[in-house]
Amino acid sequence: MTTRMFGESVARVEDDRFLRGTGRYVDDLGAGALQAAVLRSPHAHARIVDIDVSAVLDVDGVHAVFTYDDLQGPMAEPLPLLIPHPALTHGRTQYALAKDEVNHVGEAIAFVVADDRYLAEDAVDKIVVTYEFLPPVVGLAAARAAERLVHDDVPGNVAARLQQHVGDAPSAIAAAPHRLSLDLDIERSASTPMEGRGVLARWDTDSARMQVWTSTQTSTGVRAAVAAKLGLDLGQVDVITPDVGGGFGVKIVHPWPEELLVPLAARVLGEPVKFIEDRREHFISAAHERAQVQHVEVGFDDDGRLLGLDVEFWHDNGAYTPYGLIVPIITSTQLLGPYKPHNYRVTFESLYTNTVIVTPYRGAGRPQGVYAMERTMDAIAAYLGKDRAEVRAANFIQPDEFPYDHHLTFQDGRPLIYDSGDYPQLLDKITALIGWDGFEAERAEAAARGRRLGIGLACYVEGTGVGPYEGAHVHVETSGKVKVAIGLTTQGQGHQTAFAQIVADELGVPFESVEVVTGDTRRMPYAVGTFASRAAVMSGSAVQLAARKTKEKALRIAAEALEASVDDLEIVEGSVRVKGAPDSSIALGTVAVLSNPLRYAFDEASGAATQFSVGDPGKPPVADGEEPGLEAREFYSPERSTFAAGMHAVVVDIDPDTAEIEIVRYAVVHDCGNLINPMIVQGQIHGGVAQGVGGALYERMEYDEFGQLLNASFMDFLMPYVTEVPDGIEIDHLETPSPLNKLGIKGAGEAGVIPSAALFASAVEDAERLTPSGLAITAMPISPSQLFELRAQHRKDPS
Amino acid sequence: MTEELHEVHLVVNGVPHDVAVPARRLLSDALRHDLGLTGTHVGCEHGVCGSCTVLLDGAPVRSCLLFAVTASGSAVTTVEGLTDADGSLGPVQQAFKDCHGLQCGFCTPGFLTTITAGLRDNPCPTHDEAREMIAGNLCRCTGYQNIVSAVERAAELIAGTGESV
Repeated sequence: MTTRMFGESVARVEDDRFLRGTGRYVDDLGAGALQAAVLRSPHAHARIVDIDVSAVLDVDGVHAVFTYDDLQGPMAEPLPLLIPHPALTHGRTQYALAKDEVNHVGEAIAFVVADDRYLAEDAVDKIVVTYEFLPPVVGLAAARAAERLVHDDVPGNVAARLQQHVGDAPSAIAAAPHRLSLDLDIERSASTPMEGRGVLARWDTDSARMQVWTSTQTSTGVRAAVAAKLGLDLGQVDVITPDVGGGFGVKIVHPWPEELLVPLAARVLGEPVKFIEDRREHFISAAHERAQVQHVEVGFDDDGRLLGLDVEFWHDNGAYTPYGLIVPIITSTQLLGPYKPHNYRVTFESLYTNTVIVTPYRGAGRPQGVYAMERTMDAIAAYLGKDRAEVRAANFIQPDEFPYDHHLTFQDGRPLIYDSGDYPQLLDKITALIGWDGFEAERAEAAARGRRLGIGLACYVEGTGVGPYEGAHVHVETSGKVKVAIGLTTQGQGHQTAFAQIVADELGVPFESVEVVTGDTRRMPYAVGTFASRAAVMSGSAVQLAARKTKEKALRIAAEALEASVDDLEIVEGSVRVKGAPDSSIALGTVAVLSNPLRYAFDEASGAATQFSVGDPGKPPVADGEEPGLEAREFYSPERSTFAAGMHAVVVDIDPDTAEIEIVRYAVVHDCGNLINPMIVQGQIHGGVAQGVGGALYERMEYDEFGQLLNASFMDFLMPYVTEVPDGIEIDHLETPSPLNKLGIKGAGEAGVIPSAALFASAVEDAERLTPSGLAITAMPISPSQLFELRAQHRKDPS
Repeated sequence: MTEELHEVHLVVNGVPHDVAVPARRLLSDALRHDLGLTGTHVGCEHGVCGSCTVLLDGAPVRSCLLFAVTASGSAVTTVEGLTDADGSLGPVQQAFKDCHGLQCGFCTPGFLTTITAGLRDNPCPTHDEAREMIAGNLCRCTGYQNIVSAVERAAELIAGTGESV
């Protein structure tokens, strides 16, 4: 019997090439291609009076320079607003190259193509732009004050205002026995993959075909954008996503200006052209996330049970809104976590600032929502003098209440209905794992040594596996090898391994014979993309359906060849055989030969097939309803998202003098339904936790009042090294299968990062309980110097 | 004006190469684009992330901070040179595979070269020394947990005490 692969920590098939240095990332392709560099605005807000490129034109090695005036047709129009929403009344997007005005430092103004990147950068330096300066709007306070506008035609800097409610929160709060209000702040961070953006394009004049390789989270999206903007038929454009050095959300944005300008230049010049951004460019011209200011009003009873919750927040969307309102909508809905607010109202404004655009970064609005809710839970517990875990437990949706309908609309436009979960059990597991109950003794013991310990807890629910669909194509070659193609792209999640596990099980073939290709529109032209922790759920399910359909076809053909009933057949180790009579068998490769009534024989499998006879001589060789080939294509399209959940806990040790925050231990309990490959899921959690630590304690985008990003380098933007992350992460899983897909899986990719800001705020606040009323942590991330200042402030004014 | 070129002699993974490059060409670019050894990756171009780490006469260096001309006459080991003579994965590479020490793989070559040099200098690191050994390299995917395990596993493999998996 073949060993079941689903659920096993199978070593990754991707690793070998990465370890040998033979992975193929976009900058490893296109040897000898011309290279591009971009002139980017040095100013946050300015009108472009003149661009003088004359000094560039005669430079040796320069092939072309483009400014807005060189763009025509759809290329001269603003970039697409990818996800419109009725509430996004003032959506604005940039041009591929700035027209008349720039709205953030880093906005693309001119595009130079040269023999190599060195020469292209030389040429960029020779372009002279005359600017008329405009006052910049930096930060949410300035955006809300609206004394200056980012876009002249957007009053109040308000891109969108959206309200959702269930019940009557204001009345419920007014009538509640206890009330609290909180003002909270969370700053910008960013995906910051180790590989930045990059794109290579080759225009084949002979076949009038455009091939684009790009470091993206959506091949199909880029393909449609390139076709539309360059006036090509979709069938003329191939987009291939090679190995990608991390995404974390930022690479779902498309088309980046360079994803259009590179193909345009390749077509104009008739030569391959490549653009590889450098690190500074990634900081100032890709995307950021997180920044919000929040106001919470809450009413609750003596047990800390929520009676009404009224949240208003202001979301900094940067200079443009290409990705619509996805991030603030997720904040506004996922804020609810595992809790029942009974009466809930949420209102947000999405505001323009003269800074880099804000689009999803791992977690995509959830970290902010969880921060608002968990800070509220902690505040209620502090107010009532209750245990923080107890207050949370009092508000949980109970296991017998699923499916649980929040009566709100989620980011995918579908009802916010949780499919399954068991939050009380998660809480039991996390408190046991971190040692919640015995912590006071530990704290006292540490205090005796002059150390200041704190413990934190944070809970979240994550909508994963959003639609609309993903597809898979499974093809059994006559060699017996199984070639699988999915449309969404991969950035290190081990999709080639996990999906091969599913196919091996479903089809009954050895894992080693399955090869998975991702993100190549030549192989699977219909796909959405890799975001919202959706790949395992969506593509995993599609792969399973396609493998099952392929198996059904194999069994039909084999039944005829073996003169047996389909019900009596099984596929084991790549051979179809009669159950109980393993000698009566036929290799899948041979079935593949029989599936294709071809006149010519090429290989051994074709020879082997001659002993079998299939098909009715009285009917056409390809029967009605059949197609040649042992292959199948299937799509998975769920009714709605599936909701994963988890809880994190941390113990911190804070220096009483320097306020340095050290992590003593970190625990995660996670429920993403059935696990395809526990090793990969655990790796995703490790990585998420590290990013979360960065976001909570170190990373922030430091803009000055002029809109200059002061820390646009790895020297100054403090991403965690190993020295900043916990030494060991305790992980426990709960598996409540999703009823929405046959594999019972939920997404896992983003989970690790979601509760971090809330978690560390909780732990730091707990450690800093200087007085009974306590020092409140209301702004994250928090650095030692900020905590030091807070302490000083608190000593002066303990209220 | 065409840039002046300089002859550079490098022995990369035991293979001698002569290339003519401008004075400002980075060693990382020379390796990747002139010699076609694209296993060395460039993550920041300012020497912080460590992705581009190669061994220069045995010592780990950031190839994005060196000009190719300054490395002339040196022996360079890149990730492509870490496999065993028979083509199988070297011990550090194998340890990364055993421990799931990589995800997207972009930073991995810099870790592999760094650890190769680190274990040569300190073949039996303590847990804290294993962490210290990788403390100059950035990874955005793994959270480092399994990379630390991989350092410890590689030490076992090199010492011949590692059980095969």
